[in-house]
Amino acid sequence: MNPSAVVASWLKVTPAGLRAAPGNFWIDPVTPVDRAVITHGHGDHARGGHGSVLATDPTLAIMAERFGAQSGAQAARYGEPITVGDMRVTFVPAGHVLGSAQLVLEYNGLRAVVSGDYKRRRDPTCPPFEVTPCDVFITEATFALPVFCHPDDGGEIARLLHSMRVFPERTHLVGAYALGKAQRVIVLLREAGYSAPIYLHGALAGMCALYRHYGIDLGELRPVAGEPLKALAGQIVLCPPGALSDRWSRRMHEPVTAMASGWMRIRQRAKQRGVELPLVISDHADWNELLQTVREVKPGAVWITHGREEALAHALGVMGVPAQALSLVGYDDENDDDLTGTAPPS
Amino acid sequence: MKAFAALLDQLIYQPSRLGKLRLLADYFATTPDPDRGYGLGALAGTLDIPHAKPAALRELMTTRADPVLFAYSYDYVGDLAETIALMWPGAGANTAPPTLGHIVETLRASSKQAVPGLIAGWLDDLDATGRWALLKLLTGGLRIGVSARLAKTALADWGALDLADIEELWHGYEPPYTEMFAWAEKRGPKPPATGATAFRPFMLSQAIEEQEFAALDPRDFIAEWKWDGIRVQVAGSTGGDGRVFARSGDDISATFPDVIAAARFEAVLDGELLVRGDGFNPAPFADLQQRLNRKAVTRKMIDQYPAFVRVYDILFEKGEDLRGLPWEHRRQRLDAFMATPRDAFDLSPVVAFDTWDALKELRASSRGAGMEGLMLKRRDAPYIAGRPKGPWFKWKRDPLTVDAVLMYAQRGHGKRSSFYSDYTFGVWRDDELVPIGKAYFGFTDAELKQIDTWVRNNTTERFGPVRAVSPGLVLEVAFDAAQRSTRHKSGIALRFPRVSRLRWDKPAAEADLLETVEKLVEG
Repeated sequence: MNPSAVVASWLKVTPAGLRAAPGNFWIDPVTPVDRAVITHGHGDHARGGHGSVLATDPTLAIMAERFGAQSGAQAARYGEPITVGDMRVTFVPAGHVLGSAQLVLEYNGLRAVVSGDYKRRRDPTCPPFEVTPCDVFITEATFALPVFCHPDDGGEIARLLHSMRVFPERTHLVGAYALGKAQRVIVLLREAGYSAPIYLHGALAGMCALYRHYGIDLGELRPVAGEPLKALAGQIVLCPPGALSDRWSRRMHEPVTAMASGWMRIRQRAKQRGVELPLVISDHADWNELLQTVREVKPGAVWITHGREEALAHALGVMGVPAQALSLVGYDDENDDDLTGTAPPS
Repeated sequence: MKAFAALLDQLIYQPSRLGKLRLLADYFATTPDPDRGYGLGALAGTLDIPHAKPAALRELMTTRADPVLFAYSYDYVGDLAETIALMWPGAGANTAPPTLGHIVETLRASSKQAVPGLIAGWLDDLDATGRWALLKLLTGGLRIGVSARLAKTALADWGALDLADIEELWHGYEPPYTEMFAWAEKRGPKPPATGATAFRPFMLSQAIEEQEFAALDPRDFIAEWKWDGIRVQVAGSTGGDGRVFARSGDDISATFPDVIAAARFEAVLDGELLVRGDGFNPAPFADLQQRLNRKAVTRKMIDQYPAFVRVYDILFEKGEDLRGLPWEHRRQRLDAFMATPRDAFDLSPVVAFDTWDALKELRASSRGAGMEGLMLKRRDAPYIAGRPKGPWFKWKRDPLTVDAVLMYAQRGHGKRSSFYSDYTFGVWRDDELVPIGKAYFGFTDAELKQIDTWVRNNTTERFGPVRAVSPGLVLEVAFDAAQRSTRHKSGIALRFPRVSRLRWDKPAAEADLLETVEKLVEG
């Protein structure tokens, strides 16, 4: 029997998500389970209400921030194997957001790596992705089309700063996910020499405070709430993507609407959302990086969780790597539905 | 190409007219000749280069990428130029990217067979934005929300020139418009207008309300019917190569060869382009629409929808500029000119009246037969380019109205991006609502806020930027005419629909029926 088929006998898709039978746990389950192992804190991967939770310390902190304290929380450290049931689980950095991890699952001499969401670019707010050779590599496919080739993030930040110079009287309203993207944009701005206070929509405050607690320097941040309108002219205001088109945004004076997302690569998407300044900054691997990662990990087989599975499976097939889609439901990372969601009140 | 690509990339996201003008001015100021002139021509639709067919570009792409991956990508992106631009595997940094001027001039000088190879080479040398701009240029029709008129306005604003001057000169020159840029930068003289078939800027009218008549003496004015077609200027030519210009200054001669063929005279006429219906009467506007915006027109189209021009002014005759003469004198010249019968041309009659009250009655009778109201012209007024206040008035007939139910609301753009400001409304067919049109103006800012709140509280479904709402808000919609249309499920389309009143008081069930609207269809 080939290793992929053997792994498939103990790592299976169930309605709640991917289940590792020898450890009796679910990975990023979409419904409450007895024992959950969580790759990272984004809402479609980390949900509340499980019997026990195994995740990195920052991911547990993010879950506590979002859903309150979790019962049976156990913190994992990067690179330190943990025995769960009959198998070994090791958390390895995925480079996606603070606390994000790949799960290295070892059982009966075979190794499967569940990547969770990941990227390969430098991100000053989290440790970089580490390559772990394995028999089965389970990858995301959010941006798995050759049209997705993320530009350098420094260039995107430079465009934001250029726009601030061309329209110095306008508020630059930047839509960015509360977890990860917002903090990365802030740190990139600081690295580019932008030292003025950055204003935050209320929904971003908690996560920024959490990043600071983990030693990420974000510079001076101020809440938008209570600021007089005039004070925001010529300033950068960060908000969740949904707030860009929400009533909340009306308090801004002639805002330049910017949005930091890998989806901004497609012009019609940006236009449809009324974005004036699309910033292509993504926390996911782009097309070339997905292929590069498979080449480096050298797995016997690739399973694809969510995104544009067909294109990736096709390209891997051409490369001679057996690949199949897992058809997991419930993961819509950075997806359009997410983009149109309304923001919580600030 | 870098500057042009950056310009297109910024324009496509820029919702405001002023913002677009600012971007265009910046492009003119910072881009050298001849690139900026070619760029202007590309935006104004006057840049003549060999176009690449979509099929040829698709084929080119499959020489560089897996066809299966291309198919997935095209399916996802939905725009051919953008798909190829994003997935073309070029490095983009090895060679200096070509300039727009180089691309245009090389394409013009090359044989058809050489074009695909040239395109491939340029795609290799450009970055993704440059590739996108090049492909937009090659496939024709940039569609980035800049009209020819806006491009000319930007040139006028930037160079502190008169837009009417630019429009008058425009058709005598070609990209890269170096004479115009020299003039705009005060480095050169105003370029001379060339040839008898140049475009002359139109004289336009102001709208008038009934209460304004008290201050005017009816003896100073004449009236004409306001025809429901499109305003055109016909510059005739005895050689048969005359021109038809639309209000925008666009040359639409190729669309109306029947008019050009009949325009074998030495005169410039102003009139309304219409399609002939029964007898000599104008057909409904919907018939004229069949003829508009076509690059090529078939014999069948011409026979089925024969075009003609109902003339009401003469600007030039045998090289003589008549525009400085009072209307009365021009009209005498026009009557004499039209005494010779001409195919595809007839004379718009002068409507006699003594008092404003008599005129009011005439206006009330102006529905149907291709009329949409009255024009009032001062007897002593010369033909002045632009929209002078006082000499010409349009007095449109009262709009029709329908009580329709709000069905869908879409978020607006720019300042309105947080508001649901574009409304699709419908009327009842049995117990089902069928959409009959869309409106996005006619309400105050305060009313917009009220509708926005109502939409958010009554949403039943969401599709991206669009919300479906439960039937509950009745809009009184005003419109100029109703016509048949195969584009809407209802089979009806409205002209110039706008929200005239919010009927918070009226239950949705009491809104109008489709059959009521159908009775308003003309023709």
